[in-house]
Amino acid sequence: MNIIEIKDLVKIYDSAEIKVTAVDHIDLTFEKGEFSAVVGPSGSGKTTFLNLLGGLDRPTAGTVIIDGTDLWSLKPRQIIDFRLHNIGFVFQSYNLLPVLTALENVEFIMHLQGRPKAERTKRAVELLQAVGLGDRLHSRPGKLSGGQQQRVAVARALASKPKFILADEPTANLDSHATENLLNIMEKLNREEQITFIFSTHDARVVKKARRVITLEDGKVLSDERR
Amino acid sequence: MIISVSWRNIWRNKTRSLVVITAITLGIMAGVFSTAFMKGMMDKRIESAIHTELSHIQIHDSLYSKTNELKYYMQGTDALARRIDTLPHVSGVTQRIIVQSMISSAETGAGVKIMGIRPEEERKVTDIAEHITDGKYFEGIKRYPVVIGEKLAHKLNVRERSKVVITLQDLNNNLTAGAFRVAGIYKTSNTVFDESNVFIRYEDLAQLTGLPPGACHEIAIRVEDNRYTLPVRARINTLLTGRERALTWTEISPEMSYVTQVMDMYMYIFIIIILLALLFGIINTMLMVILERHKEIGMLLAIGMSRMRIFFMIIVETVLLSLTGGVTGIVLGTWLSKHFETHYIDLSMFGKGLEQLGYSSLVNTSIDPVMVINVTFMVIVTGIIAAIYPAWKAIHYDPAEALRIE
Repeated sequence: MNIIEIKDLVKIYDSAEIKVTAVDHIDLTFEKGEFSAVVGPSGSGKTTFLNLLGGLDRPTAGTVIIDGTDLWSLKPRQIIDFRLHNIGFVFQSYNLLPVLTALENVEFIMHLQGRPKAERTKRAVELLQAVGLGDRLHSRPGKLSGGQQQRVAVARALASKPKFILADEPTANLDSHATENLLNIMEKLNREEQITFIFSTHDARVVKKARRVITLEDGKVLSDERR
Repeated sequence: MIISVSWRNIWRNKTRSLVVITAITLGIMAGVFSTAFMKGMMDKRIESAIHTELSHIQIHDSLYSKTNELKYYMQGTDALARRIDTLPHVSGVTQRIIVQSMISSAETGAGVKIMGIRPEEERKVTDIAEHITDGKYFEGIKRYPVVIGEKLAHKLNVRERSKVVITLQDLNNNLTAGAFRVAGIYKTSNTVFDESNVFIRYEDLAQLTGLPPGACHEIAIRVEDNRYTLPVRARINTLLTGRERALTWTEISPEMSYVTQVMDMYMYIFIIIILLALLFGIINTMLMVILERHKEIGMLLAIGMSRMRIFFMIIVETVLLSLTGGVTGIVLGTWLSKHFETHYIDLSMFGKGLEQLGYSSLVNTSIDPVMVINVTFMVIVTGIIAAIYPAWKAIHYDPAEALRIE
């Protein structure tokens, strides 16, 4: 079952001096439970593609349909709300709120969704335990290692019960041990709970774990390999 | 949770926040103390005017109020004065004969207002007796004692027991004079009053002017507290049957209440100027804050925090920052003002000028709770105004662009 349908997606950055086609007529579909990697060299359009998919950047042309909803037909305010309830994000530099503890960071997104305190605390604890941080619930990001912060970010992305998670270079700032640890956790969540992950990466270890590898070059799909 | 995040955000950069909070604290503390100081000065001026010069209520023949002519006296006022003295909350009643006249010493003369008073009754209404600096209040001189102000005494070059002559027109428009001896010299905080008001005994002035027994130009009434002025005046009005009119001190001396109102307005303008200066400091700080958190705000937009919530979060952070400094400033300003409610601030180096204007050189502060509430409200409004532009800027961040920042 397709949860994402991308049709003829184009993104052109048109400044006064230069015109750059970052995403060039991409047609793709993603099914529920996929563990996909979008790869390619720097400037190939990976991040732009993920931004278009996540409703962060408006395409020049084309459509992104998520679970039957044409994302870019929504009003800006509706797109933010759609992201809150349907899309999880994991960023390269973690982007946790430094003033909140790990538990509060995970709870925060559920607070935005308007869920009751008891429910969000219970779920946040469960998720942090699932990513191996049951003993660091009350630590602030500054007291956690990069790998631990990224695991909190994964727990936060999962907390909103999204339809899929977009992870932009999630292992770029991690050492090999932390990368291995994080990938194992995400793979387990994907396998056991059918969480859909879409990564952009040029980390060979991530590519190795992915069950689908989409290669971009100059904004075009060069290959789409399923394993 | 957003309020908690806002509060914690304030303390992310402790030094910067403390600098802003200190600036707000000092500004508000100075504002609160200054307004308490000005109010204390005004209150003291009013209190002195009531207790020394005006009393709370005065009754005159309405024609006397307009012309100040000797012939418009009130007759048979003893019974009325006794009746008023029995009213609730009245602490003193006195009858006065008032004549504009000349007072002369061996060296010079001056135009003054002569008040014929009954010293024991007058003590219950005004506090001239407490301001005697030389001699005694109608004691020590058996025949024709006079009490004059220090400034007038200097002008006439007289002292205790010196002889002065009071010349005036009697009821029949004949010029008459009486020789008096200075029994006491008083000094109030108002040198203009001291220079122009002379007190002699009621009987002596009645004899000089030819007024019949029980006649007077003014019945002055003191009440226990200023809040009883209007109710007591209303009761007195029911006792008046002729041309007499009872006036409160604000009606007798309207400029006194105008000065209070104008001073209130100045106090608020002063606070607004302080807050305006602080406003730009807060805006500057919050602009730095949102610039530093560009990426974080982008992340919040990306994960689905609405722009309205981000706007609210920044408004709350700014208001909390302003309130922390504001409340600290109000508390310190109130504490300082409370301290000086019971300890004088000595301005005697400016004493001469102040006394010319009727102000005492020893000032106590007076804190107005309504003003404290209003200042708190103004600090909150300042915080909100200061937050609007930075918050507006923050919610217009493009999340994709913000997240690209390294």
